Amino acid sequence: MSWFVRKDKGIQTPTEMKREAPDGLWYQCPNCKKIMHTREHKLNAYTCVHCNYHEKIGSDAYFSILFDENQFVELDATMTSADPLKFTDTKPYPDRLRTTINKTGLKDAVRTAYGPMNDITVTIACMDFGFIGGSMGSVVGEKIARAIDHALQNKTPFLMISRSGGARMMEAGFSLMQMAKTSAKLALLSEAGLPYVSLLTDPTTGGVTASYAMLGDFNIAEPGALIGFAGPRVIRETIGTDLPKGFQSAEFVLEHGFLDFIVDRKDLKDKLSSLFKMLQ
Amino acid sequence: MRTYLDFEKPIADLESRLEETKALAQSSNVDVSQAVEVLEQSIEKLRREIFQNLTRWQRVQLSRHPDRPYTLDYISLMCSQFIELHGDRTVRDDPAMIGGFCELDDQAVMIIGQQKGRNTKQRQQRNFGMANPEGYRKALRLMKLAEKFNKPIITLIDTPGAFPGLEAEERGQGEAIARNLKEMFMLKVPVICIIIGEGASGGALGIAIGDRVFMLENTWYSVISPESCSSILWRSWNFKEQAAEALKLTAKDMATFNLVDGIIDEPLGGAHTDHGAMALHLKEVILKSLAELNALDPDERIDQRIDKFCSMGVVVE
Ligand SMILES: [Zn+2]
Repeated sequence: MSWFVRKDKGIQTPTEMKREAPDGLWYQCPNCKKIMHTREHKLNAYTCVHCNYHEKIGSDAYFSILFDENQFVELDATMTSADPLKFTDTKPYPDRLRTTINKTGLKDAVRTAYGPMNDITVTIACMDFGFIGGSMGSVVGEKIARAIDHALQNKTPFLMISRSGGARMMEAGFSLMQMAKTSAKLALLSEAGLPYVSLLTDPTTGGVTASYAMLGDFNIAEPGALIGFAGPRVIRETIGTDLPKGFQSAEFVLEHGFLDFIVDRKDLKDKLSSLFKMLQ
Repeated sequence: MRTYLDFEKPIADLESRLEETKALAQSSNVDVSQAVEVLEQSIEKLRREIFQNLTRWQRVQLSRHPDRPYTLDYISLMCSQFIELHGDRTVRDDPAMIGGFCELDDQAVMIIGQQKGRNTKQRQQRNFGMANPEGYRKALRLMKLAEKFNKPIITLIDTPGAFPGLEAEERGQGEAIARNLKEMFMLKVPVICIIIGEGASGGALGIAIGDRVFMLENTWYSVISPESCSSILWRSWNFKEQAAEALKLTAKDMATFNLVDGIIDEPLGGAHTDHGAMALHLKEVILKSLAELNALDPDERIDQRIDKFCSMGVVVE
């Protein structure tokens, strides 16, 4: 959206305006179809006041929910993707990037920032699914790596909010190696004894699941989120039958032992800050 | 019977003519030595021409050649002893991922790798080289064992991907691979990884975090196979050649981008034409790298390993 004016890198953005709010006053829940006031929906952390459906939201919304009074300093806010492979499928990758940047107002599929969360300084990296399916290319890997460096240098907890279809094919080998890079940094964070919380939201699949999203000291998820390595379509094609109901849901993944807990988005901030306080 | 790939057809034609000529000589006592020599020279020349100008898709085809040496072939050709170890100690033994202590000249090493099958029955048993989570956990268990006894680790990568099955998801395929990535960075012993066939995505990377990562000349390593890439980006399976070109997934490409440390040459015509020569050359490269890596202390190796992978990526700031 062109009316949105991005602040310069490293400057406090206390009243950053929300990009993703639907125009108009009313929000209709895609799950129960009931109508509510947009402001009411926002105050409810973008969850339905009737059925608790968790609307899919992006970095702007998460930052406003988690950082006290939406105060944060964004890191590497201007970093964008290169095209090292000169990749072209049905259209050249740089064209795809330009279109997406113009359409979303985002620079790439992750934003990173630090700021106070119930008075504890935390470093947060949050993915934006709207940017080429939240796919992980060099920018995503590099920004996460630097956010972890920031957490290491400033001894803050690190929160990763994942929402991604996996690798960015247009960066092929470079994309693959971001799994390695982020895992290396998380190994260092772990050695330093700093807490790492990985929040998996709907959907988190592919190379993101097979790297940083599953490496939390605490792996947590939003209710109903689709979480998996292979996507449901690929699995269905492999086994040749329909998948059981609830397969790869957050509840399913919790039951199989790969999540610590499922958290209602309205409780996320308080629950995380309680946890970080206990670990201090 | 040798298996010829489509682009090897001109070679196959000449080779069958050579066979016919030789057979004629036997049955009729005609002296064909000159004709044989001419044919052999033409075959050699043709093979050189074809293999000097392989497309990326043709390299992918070679990486999947049914006669290509697999992990266990390399172990038996390179090592004087092999004690295979099984199981992840939690669920079961995964036959798609094998490993054990080996003797490489006078050094004991741990070799781990995906294993493909040679015939239909073996292919099923090995699950086409697609490991389940327990395969990755078995690999990690063996790596930790090697670390405990201060033995270097060699991984041989050859997989069309980690298995995308129902039970694989239930048992945490993503978590298993992720954990390996993180843990491999901290291994105190030297780690050398070699792509010997297919290096598909996270399933390959899950055992490919090393101080040295090499690719054999006719292999591929990328985030997705050309076929799947074609189906997603072109919405059709028919663009695999274009997808292979776009992905730049060959050893030469990956070395150019510094995403791997080097290329290991194959015999002319591909690794499958001479298993012995291929294994001998691979062993030389491993021994040379081991000598270099053994000279460093563990912290230095770990720092360099981390720095190397952390420098991968191109962004605009
Ligand atoms: Zn609702």
